[in-house]
Amino acid sequence: MTIRLVVNGRPRDLEVAPHALLLDVLRDTLDLKGAKRSCDTQVCGACTVLVDGLAVSACTYLAVEADGRSVLTVEGLADGESLHPLQRAFVEAGAVQCGFCTSGMLLTAKAMLAENRTPMRDDVLHYLRGSLCRCTGYRKIVDAVLAAAETAR
Amino acid sequence: MLRPFTLHRPETAEEACALLAGLGEEAAAYAGGTELLLMMKLGLLRPRHLVDVKRIRGFGDIGLEPLSGRRLTIGAAVTHRAVEQSALVRARCPLVSSVARHVANVRVRNVGTVGGNLAFADPHSDLATLFLTLDASVELLSPRGRRELPLDDFVRGPWETSRASDELLGSVTLTPWASDTAAAYVKFGVHERPTLAVAAALRLDGTTGAGRNGRDRIVEARVAVGCVSLKPVRMAAAEARLTDLSIGDLDDAARAAADAGSRPPARGAPSPRLAFPTPWSPEAAG
Repeated sequence: MTIRLVVNGRPRDLEVAPHALLLDVLRDTLDLKGAKRSCDTQVCGACTVLVDGLAVSACTYLAVEADGRSVLTVEGLADGESLHPLQRAFVEAGAVQCGFCTSGMLLTAKAMLAENRTPMRDDVLHYLRGSLCRCTGYRKIVDAVLAAAETAR
Repeated sequence: MLRPFTLHRPETAEEACALLAGLGEEAAAYAGGTELLLMMKLGLLRPRHLVDVKRIRGFGDIGLEPLSGRRLTIGAAVTHRAVEQSALVRARCPLVSSVARHVANVRVRNVGTVGGNLAFADPHSDLATLFLTLDASVELLSPRGRRELPLDDFVRGPWETSRASDELLGSVTLTPWASDTAAAYVKFGVHERPTLAVAAALRLDGTTGAGRNGRDRIVEARVAVGCVSLKPVRMAAAEARLTDLSIGDLDDAARAAADAGSRPPARGAPSPRLAFPTPWSPEAAG
């Protein structure tokens, strides 16, 4: 099946099988390795990408569903050499340890801030539920998201 | 990795039903895929055809049932997120909004659907448990026509429904509680795995009690329990026991039920996995 989508701002026409998962198309066809395959069951959040601004698990999402839509991966967050405010906040708060969960955390946080520009700590915790950090660096991740929200105000 | 399949994208229910009827067991209805694709990855389900129901008119709608103007109908392809964000759901069934807000995680809520959740018939389903207290009924469409049946009859057991292979779950309809109903949904669990879920709705009356607006007598009780039995169940005995109690008596009644339930099970009693854990057994509650 031919799908036409926008990936990180760039229009793409791709030929994909109906059973192709978005994660495999991003990683293998488009060589975007930011989204990770980890639990493969929508529990961990490491494969999170945004489709039309909504956080989805790319590991359990058919690539054909992205037809006509806009996909954002962590590679599309920065503006050239200039980090996205969330990325900068993560660096400044020391919210990155091994980095495996970071792309998913960043994109999930971006989706949340698009819905709620003035989140409280509880809002961040609720939204990030199901985004797992096995370094257990949650406190600094939440700090970073709140700091980014503060900066954007 | 998924095995190859053919994807069908019907735009009408008639077309979808004809596909399901023609393809039989080879086909699976597909909406968000949050359950189905996982089962397919594990090889537990191997459909050769997926029938995408998301493009069918009305399947993504939430509205009041035209006939009653009061009952709330949720299309099968409505996502948990849409339920959470619907002003109509919040106005008519506020507890449904808040339960939808806590289904799994935001990624699952963005994609997973109400119809998929009910048709999957997981005994842990929050929605199926809560919906029992809202006298839910489901609409099934097929080439033979349309039938409506109570949710309790639709869900037959773990991962099993009474849907025929050519039938399509079109929507679920909820009966909002009367005003002056106090309700709660509580679930216990280990991480993402729920172990016990209880939905309770108590309609209150009276004018001289200590409750809100003086209403403190339970005139109608609805209690449903999920996770612990083969499917979510209404607890008729507990409901009868609660009816006519005053709110002030609830603590004592709960303690009595818990005491009764804490007795060790009799030798040869059924495995706790399949039986009702004791505090919630109909016997203990009744």
